[in-house]
Amino acid sequence: MSTMTLIMLFIVAAIAGMASVLDEAQFHRPIIACTMTGAVLGDITTGIILGGTLEMMALGWMNVGAAMAPDAALASTVSTVLVIVGHQSIGAGIALAVPLAAAGQVLTIFVRTITVFFQHLADKYAEEANLRGIEMCHVAGLLLQALRVAIPTVAIAMVAGTDVVNNALNSIPEVITRGLQVAGGFIVVVGYAMVINLMNAQKLMVYFFLGFLIAVFTDVNLIGFGAIGAICAYFHIKDMQKDIAIEEAAKTGGGGGVEGDDIDDSDLM
Amino acid sequence: MADKKVTKDDLFWTFVRSNFLLGSFNFERMQSMGFCCAMMPILKRVYGDSKEELKAALKRHLEFFNTQPFVAAAIMGIIGAMEEKRANGADISPATLSGVKVGLIGPLAGVGDPIFWGTIRPVLAALGAGIALTGSLIGPLIFFLAFNAIRLATHWYGVKYGYEKGTELVENIGGNEMHFLTEGASVLGLLVMGALVAKWTTVNMPLVISEYDNAMGDHVVTTLQTILDSLMPGIVALLMTFACMALLKRGMNPLLIIIGLFAIGIVGYAIGLFA
Repeated sequence: MSTMTLIMLFIVAAIAGMASVLDEAQFHRPIIACTMTGAVLGDITTGIILGGTLEMMALGWMNVGAAMAPDAALASTVSTVLVIVGHQSIGAGIALAVPLAAAGQVLTIFVRTITVFFQHLADKYAEEANLRGIEMCHVAGLLLQALRVAIPTVAIAMVAGTDVVNNALNSIPEVITRGLQVAGGFIVVVGYAMVINLMNAQKLMVYFFLGFLIAVFTDVNLIGFGAIGAICAYFHIKDMQKDIAIEEAAKTGGGGGVEGDDIDDSDLM
Repeated sequence: MADKKVTKDDLFWTFVRSNFLLGSFNFERMQSMGFCCAMMPILKRVYGDSKEELKAALKRHLEFFNTQPFVAAAIMGIIGAMEEKRANGADISPATLSGVKVGLIGPLAGVGDPIFWGTIRPVLAALGAGIALTGSLIGPLIFFLAFNAIRLATHWYGVKYGYEKGTELVENIGGNEMHFLTEGASVLGLLVMGALVAKWTTVNMPLVISEYDNAMGDHVVTTLQTILDSLMPGIVALLMTFACMALLKRGMNPLLIIIGLFAIGIVGYAIGLFA
C-alpha cells in the first residue's frame, strides 16, 4: 500500500474517530465511514455495500444519556480494510465488525477517562480567565478520539495484505462463516429493539403492528411508509388535541379557558 | 454603563462551536468543556471588560452538562440571553443560571433523544442503507445530506430562537406542542420500524417437515418456512425483536445479545434449522 493511501486512510479514520464522540455530522456511522474508507482504498462500491449492511445492524447503536454505544467508527474502518485489502467476504467483514465495535468501545472508555485530566486543566485556565487554554483542553480530548481510531486502522491496513492475517482469516471453518452470514440476516433485530424501547410507548405499539402488517402483505416501499406514518401522526395528534380539549372543558365547566392567555405575555422578559 | 449586546456574529460563532459540544466528553463532567467553549463568543462580548466576571462565568459553565447535542444549542441561546441580561445589571444569580441549565438538560434530552436518535436517524439510515445495499452512492448521500440539513437547522434555530425567547422558552418547553411533536414522531418511527422488521430481516428455516408425492405426481416438500409463511410471514423476525426488547429492558448489554444471535446462527446452520 502506498504512503499516500496510508495517509489518506489515517485522515479518514481520524475524521470517523472525532465524529464518533461528537455524534454530529455522522462520519462515524458505517454507511458513511465504510464508504469513505472504501473510496480511499480504491473500491468505493464494496465500501458502500458493506456500509449499508453494517448500518442496518447498527441502527440502534446510539449514545443516550451517559450510556455508550458500541463503537461504529473503528468497526467500520477496520472491517472495510479487512474486506478490501485483506480480500475477505462482506459476510466476514460484518462478523468481524462486532468484536471490533467492542474493542473500540474499550478504547473510547480509555480516552473518556484520560480526558478527565484535561477537564481539571481547564478549571485551572478558567481561574486565569484563559479562554485559549480551555479551548486547547477541549480540542485535546477531540484529538485523542481521532487517534484512537486512526492508529489501529492504519496499523491493521499495513498488515492486512500479508499472509499471516489472511491465512488466519481463511482458516475459519465454513460452518462458522456460513452461520455468521445466517445470523447477519437477523442480527438487525437488536437495533430495532433498542429503537423501539427508546420510544417506550406501549400505547403507540399499535402503529408498529400496522407497519409490520402492511409490510408483510403489500409491496409498499419506505417512502410510502413515511407518508402513511405522517398521516397516522397527524390523526394521532388531532386525537390528543381533542382529549386535551375535553379534559379542559371538564375542568373549567366548559367556560373560561381564555383567561390564562393574558398572563403569558406580560410577566416575562 | 453602555448596554452590552450580543451580536448576530456572536450567535453565529456559538452555533459553529455548538457542533463540537461533545469533543471532550469525559466521565466526570461530560460535555462541560464543550458547553463552555460554545458560550465563549457570548461571554467575551458581555464580560469582556471585567476579568473577574469573565472568570466566574467560565467557571460556572465548566459545570457538569450532558444532554442531546442538537437540542443543547437551544440551551446555549437561552443561557446566552440570560448572561447578557445579567451583564447589564439584571438580577440573575449564578444559581439561577445553573438551575435553568440543569433544569433544561432533562426535558430537552427527553424530547431530543427519541426524535433524533430514536426516529430521524434510524429512519434515514435505514432508507440510505437500503439503497446502499445495491452499491449506489445515493444511499450514503441521502442519509448524510438529509440528516445534516435537519441537524444544522436544529442547531442554528436552537441558538437563535433560544436567545430571542430567552427565559420565555423555559416556560414553553414543557407545553403541549413539544408533547405533540414527540408523540407524532414516535407514531411515524414505530410504523416505519414495524415495516423494517418485516422487510429487512432475513430468516430462512428450510427444515423439512413432510415430503410426499401428491395425486398429480408432483413432489411436495413442506418446510418449517413454508408453514410459517402461510401463517404469518415475518413472524420469526417479530418474535426475535420482542425477545431482544425484553432482554434489553432487563439491562442486558446489546453486544452480548448480538454475540448470542451469532451463536444461534452458527448452531442453527450446523443443525440445519437455518440456511
